[in-house]
Amino acid sequence: MEVPVLKQGPFLIATVQAALTDEDLVHLRRAMVERVVIARSLGVIIDVTAMDIMDSFASRTLREVAQMIRLRGAETVIVGIQPEVAFAMVQLGITLEGVVTALDLEEGLNYLQEKFSSSA
Amino acid sequence: MAKDVERLERNTVWHEMLVQGASLEGTAVLLRELVAHLRQNRTQLREEWARRITEAKLLTAMSKDEIFAEATAVYDQYVEALETGTFEALQAYARSLSERIIPRGVETHEVVGIVLLLRDVLARSLFAKYQADFTKLDRILDAYEPAANRIANTVAVGFVQERERVIRQQQEAIRELSTPVLQVRERLLILPIIGVIDPQRARQLTEQLLRGIRTNRAKVVVIDITGVAAMDATVANHLVQTVEASRLLGATVIVTGLSPEIAQTLVTIGVDLGKMNTVGDLQGGIEQAERLLGYKVVPIGAAS
Repeated sequence: MEVPVLKQGPFLIATVQAALTDEDLVHLRRAMVERVVIARSLGVIIDVTAMDIMDSFASRTLREVAQMIRLRGAETVIVGIQPEVAFAMVQLGITLEGVVTALDLEEGLNYLQEKFSSSA
Repeated sequence: MAKDVERLERNTVWHEMLVQGASLEGTAVLLRELVAHLRQNRTQLREEWARRITEAKLLTAMSKDEIFAEATAVYDQYVEALETGTFEALQAYARSLSERIIPRGVETHEVVGIVLLLRDVLARSLFAKYQADFTKLDRILDAYEPAANRIANTVAVGFVQERERVIRQQQEAIRELSTPVLQVRERLLILPIIGVIDPQRARQLTEQLLRGIRTNRAKVVVIDITGVAAMDATVANHLVQTVEASRLLGATVIVTGLSPEIAQTLVTIGVDLGKMNTVGDLQGGIEQAERLLGYKVVPIGAAS
């Protein structure tokens, strides 16, 4: 299942709609890294509200997306991790270290807007 | 009806038990004789028992009159259990007695002690009565001992069960009381932790906090552990997990109130708290949280 990516001003928003296979994740990674420069985006938001499970592959891929996007000159925020998912993740030792997280899409947009309005 | 059958079965078991030591027709007679003896000497034996209780310094939490009143009731129940071979009444009494005396701090060894004392007192009186006729004494004891042991067992088990029930009840109460997640300002939560943290409670704590973060849309959480007396590696790791899970929801956690002892233990056992944001006391924690959220608290009048 492909993840739709929307352009919202200077930001890209990818909304995960359902559980993702490993292939979908790899596809998402490539799509995001490609599009971030084409769209001249400053920031990327990946909304994972619909994901009710986050395994080690998914979290590693998300971390990689964040790192690659940083190398492409933009900032990444992961939003919408559910409380149960977060709890399960830390128990497995998955902490998404170095990746910015926010409660939901609104918070993620706020974060990016604040960041780029102060630097502009 | 079913209860009657049950009682009948119990009686049968009970009598079979007696039969093991004595002849069939003799047992019932002996038991009647025994009960008659205990009824006859009720006052004297009861007083002797109460005296021995005081002497052994048992039930120190109760007054002399109270001990005597309870002793009377227990004695009558005891004789009745011997007579009928049914233990329901005694069991119920043991439970209600336990209910009354547990809050006053009566210990298990005391309850077991007094029942064993009663057994000894009664046995002594049997020795005295039948000392001339050793064969008869032997047969009387055969009838008496299993019954007396079973009574002691019933009372002790009743007491322990009651105590366990009380403990369970208290544990539940503590669990319910234990984890308030409080909002002090828009987007700022406080989680005061008091008492002992076990894995189960740590889990519940984390779940409630995460839920609280989402419903209150919190950005900063202050976890105050002033009320936590001790912390080991397991608990510290739970705390680290809580902090990390909160971050995944986009909230920053500030931990306050680490006591000097806990600080020393954590450093000594080498728990990595590097990712944790700690502030000395709750006030400092709230002040830092306010700064993070962009609040500024000023006295009235100083603002203008």
